[in-house]
Amino acid sequence: MTITVNDKQYDLPDDPRVSLLDFLRRDIGLTGTKKGCDHGQCGACTVLVGGMRINSCLTLAVMHDGDSVQTIEGIGTETDPSPLQRAFLEHDGYQCGYCTPGQICSATALLDEIANNWPSDASDDLEAAIDLTDEEIRERMSGNLCRCGAYVNIVAAIKAAAKEMAA
Amino acid sequence: MTAKLKQDEPDTRNILDTMKQGVIGKPIPRVEGLAKVTGTATYAAEYKIDGCLEGVMIQAPFAKGTVTAIDTDALLAMPGVVAVIEDPRQTARAAQGTANEAPVQEPMTVTYYGQPVALVVAETFEDARNAAAQAKLTYDIEQVGSFDPQDVEAEVQEDSATRQGDLAHAVKTAAHAIDTTIHTEGHASAAMEPHGSIAEWDGRNLTVYASLQMLNYNITELADSLDLEEDRVRLVSRYVGGGFGSKLGVSEDVVAASLAAMQLNRPVRVVMTRQQVFQTVMRRSESAQRFRFAADSEGTLSGFGHEARVSNLPQESFAEPVLQSSDFLYKGENRLLELEVARIHRMTAGSVRAPGEAIGMPALEIAMDMLAEKAGVDPVELRIRNIPDKHPANGKPFSSHKLEEALRQGAEAFGWDGANRAPRQTRDGEWWIGTGMASAARVHNVSKAQVRVVLAADGTARVETDMTDIGTGTYTILAQVVGEMLGLETDKVLVSLGDTAFPRGSGSGGSWGAASVGSAAFVACNAVRDALCEKAGINTDDAEFKDGRLNGGKTFSDILDGTEIDRTGEYEPGDISEDYVASGFGAFFAEVRVNRFTGETRVTRMLGAFGFGRVLNEKTARSQCLGGITWSIGAALTEALLFDPKDGHVVNQDLAEYHVPVCRDVPDCEVIMVDERDPAASPIQAKGIGELGMCGGAGAIANAIYNACGARVLTLPMTPDRVIAAMPD
Ligand code: FES
Ligand code: FES
Repeated sequence: MTITVNDKQYDLPDDPRVSLLDFLRRDIGLTGTKKGCDHGQCGACTVLVGGMRINSCLTLAVMHDGDSVQTIEGIGTETDPSPLQRAFLEHDGYQCGYCTPGQICSATALLDEIANNWPSDASDDLEAAIDLTDEEIRERMSGNLCRCGAYVNIVAAIKAAAKEMAA
Repeated sequence: MTAKLKQDEPDTRNILDTMKQGVIGKPIPRVEGLAKVTGTATYAAEYKIDGCLEGVMIQAPFAKGTVTAIDTDALLAMPGVVAVIEDPRQTARAAQGTANEAPVQEPMTVTYYGQPVALVVAETFEDARNAAAQAKLTYDIEQVGSFDPQDVEAEVQEDSATRQGDLAHAVKTAAHAIDTTIHTEGHASAAMEPHGSIAEWDGRNLTVYASLQMLNYNITELADSLDLEEDRVRLVSRYVGGGFGSKLGVSEDVVAASLAAMQLNRPVRVVMTRQQVFQTVMRRSESAQRFRFAADSEGTLSGFGHEARVSNLPQESFAEPVLQSSDFLYKGENRLLELEVARIHRMTAGSVRAPGEAIGMPALEIAMDMLAEKAGVDPVELRIRNIPDKHPANGKPFSSHKLEEALRQGAEAFGWDGANRAPRQTRDGEWWIGTGMASAARVHNVSKAQVRVVLAADGTARVETDMTDIGTGTYTILAQVVGEMLGLETDKVLVSLGDTAFPRGSGSGGSWGAASVGSAAFVACNAVRDALCEKAGINTDDAEFKDGRLNGGKTFSDILDGTEIDRTGEYEPGDISEDYVASGFGAFFAEVRVNRFTGETRVTRMLGAFGFGRVLNEKTARSQCLGGITWSIGAALTEALLFDPKDGHVVNQDLAEYHVPVCRDVPDCEVIMVDERDPAASPIQAKGIGELGMCGGAGAIANAIYNACGARVLTLPMTPDRVIAAMPD
C-alpha cells in the first residue's frame, strides 16, 4: 500500500491506528503540517488530498492507499513560495506561525472552490457564480483557528494573492 | 565584554531617531516569515531525533486525594510499552510566570481534576496513548466542600489594596453614584501549539526542546524540579506556537520528558493532548467585580471603588490582578481597591494574555458607561474628564500619557457620535444596531535582559539571546534595532533566539519583551559602535553608521580588517520603575448588531487607537493590536471556561467546546498607533503592545450591545441567553 505525498511515493504504515497527520509529521518527517487538537477542531493539520482540503488528523493513513496528498512543503518553498505564501508574508497573515501552513493549505483549496462556484453560507445565491467577497473568505476560512488573531490580515492576504493570480 | 545600563532617569535623547539607516519602525515583513509560511520553521516537538520514545501523561480522575498505586505491571505488559515513570520530582502543576523555582511536585498528592501523576513511555505514540488510556489507578478521594469560589472563604491581598478617604460617604452624597457588580468567566490561553517537549540526556547534560516563553526563568524551574545544576541543562525554543501566558512557566510535559530521558537514557518526547492543555496548564480566574463610583453633576469622580474576588488553588501565589489599571486610570480622592482570592480545587489559575486588565478593564468600562448614562455625559468626554494628572493615590507622575489623544483620534476616525446615547436608535430588520466605546490601559514593565551583538569581520551582525519569539515579532524588531544602531539593512543582521546557550534575555511575558531585550540590544550596539569608532580613530559622536559604512567612507569590514567586535549588552530598569507610573493607553470603538429574537451579537466594526511608545515595526505592532482586538471579541461574546460543580473538572476542554473567535467572527478592524516616545519606559522609548489590545475591548462591545438594544449585560461573555435575559421588552 502506498501514498504519494508532494509527488513522492511512500509506503503506508503497518499500524492502522496511525492518523494521516502523524504519518506525515512523524513517519515521513513533513512537520510543516501541524497538530493543534487532533480532533478536527482547529484546521492546523489541513492538507490537500486529490486537490481537496481535509483535516489530516481525522483520517487514518491506511485509508489513503493510492491517494495523492499535497502538504505545505509541496505548495511552495523558501526559494519558490506560492503567491499565497508570499501574500501571507507581505500582509503579516500570521504571528506565531503555527496555524499558518493549515491556513495556506485551506486558502489554496478555497480559491479553487470559488473558481468552481461551490456555494457557502455566505453566498447569496446557491446557483450563481461566486464572487470572492470578504465574507466568503471569512466563512470559508472559519475552520482554521488562529489564536494569535491574524484573521484580518489573513483575509487581506488571500484577497491579494487571488488578485495577483488573476492578473 | 559586557556593557551595562541601569536606567535611573528618563532617556529623552531618542537616540534611535538620530540614526541614519531608517529601518526602525518600518513595516518590514518578519525576518523568519518565509520559514513559517513554507512550513520549515521547527517547533518544539518537531526536531528529528533518532530513537525517540513517546510519552503520554496519566492523569488523576478526581480533584483531591492521593493516588496509592498504579498498576504498572499491566501497563508494561501492553504492546510497545517501555516504562512507567513514577517520580516524586514530577511536577503536578505548571510553574507560574517568573516563578524561577520548581512548582508543586509530588504528583501522587492530587489537588485538581486531571492532574498529571505519571508518564507511560512506549516505542510509538499510538502504543503510549493506548496504555495511558487504560492505566488503572488506586486512590483515596478526599471530599471537597465546594468548587464554587463564591461559596468559600477568601483572603484579601493586602499588598495591592488601596484605602483612602471615605468611599461609602462619597457615594452616599454624590450627585451621581454607581454601585454594580460584574462577573466574568474563566479563560483559556488555547495557544495553537499544544505544550510539548523532547528531552535528551547524555548521562551528564540535559537538552530539552520545549515550547516555552521565558527560558531565562524556565531553566531554573526545570533544574530545580530535577535537582540538577543549572549549567547541566539547556533549553531550546526557537519557534513557539503561541503562548499567551500558558508557556510562561515550565509545564508538566517538560519535566516528564526530562525525567523519562534521564531514567531511560533515551530521548523522549511528550506532547500534551489539547484536552491535557486545557486541564493541566493555566486558567484565567473567573471574577466578581464590584464598582462603586461617586461623581459630581458633570461626571467627575470623587469616589472610586473596585473590589474583586478571584480564585486559585492552595499554595499558588498568583491572583488575577484585576485592579492593576484601576489603580491609576481615573480620578477619585476617596478610593477603595481590594482584591481577594478564594481557594478552590479547580485547576491552577495563572496568566492568560493580559492578566488582570483583560477582565478588569472591560468590567470597569461597563461601569463607566453606566455612569456616563446617569450623568448624561458623552462617554468619551467622561473618560477625558476623569484622567488624573498624577497617580490618584500615591501622587507619582506618569511617564507619558496618551489616553486623551487615543480617545480623540479614535473617536474621530470611527465617526463617534456622543451626543445622543439613548439605546435602540437603529434597527435593520431583526437586528438592533449600536455603538460603544471603552478606554484601554495596560501597565508597562521592563525587566533585566542581556543580548549579545557581534559585528563580524564581513561587516554583518549576529544577535544572540535566549529571548523567545512567540509570534510577537522579536526576531524582526531585534534585527531592526540592531540594524538601525549599526547602520545595516535587516538582511545583514542574523538574529538567533530561544536557546539558553545564549545570554539571558527577559523572556516573553507581560508585554515586556520588546522593550527589555530591545534595550539590551541597544546597549550592546552602543558598545559595538564605540569599539568600531576607536578602531577607526574617530569619536563616536561624530560617526554616522549607514549601509555598512562609517561616515560614508570605509566599510565596516575594511575597518575590522579580519577581526570582529563582540559585546554583550545588559539593560536593567533602575529608579525609573519606582519613580514613574508607566502604562500603555488607548481607546476602543465598536459597532454591533444584536438580534432582537435570538440575542446573538455580531461585531460589525471595531477600531482601536493605542499609545505604546515607539513603534519598533509598524506591521508586527499592528498585528499585535489586531490580535488583542480579536481576543476582545472572544472575551466579550464566546469565551468561558465551565467547571463541573461536582468534581471541579473543566467541562469544555477542547476547541470545539471552548469557543475562540473564528475568521467570520472578526470584522475588518482599524488600528491607530498614536505617536509617542516614552523616555521613562525604556532607553528605546518603547512600551509593551502584546496585551494592550485586549485591555478594555470587551467593554466597548458590551456598551455597544447596550446602545443597540438596551440590554445591560453584567456577565461576560455576553452569550445570546444572557443578552435575551437582559433585553427590555
Ligand atoms: S489538528 Fe486536525 S483539526 Fe486540529
Ligand atoms: S499565527 Fe499563531 S495561531 Fe495563527
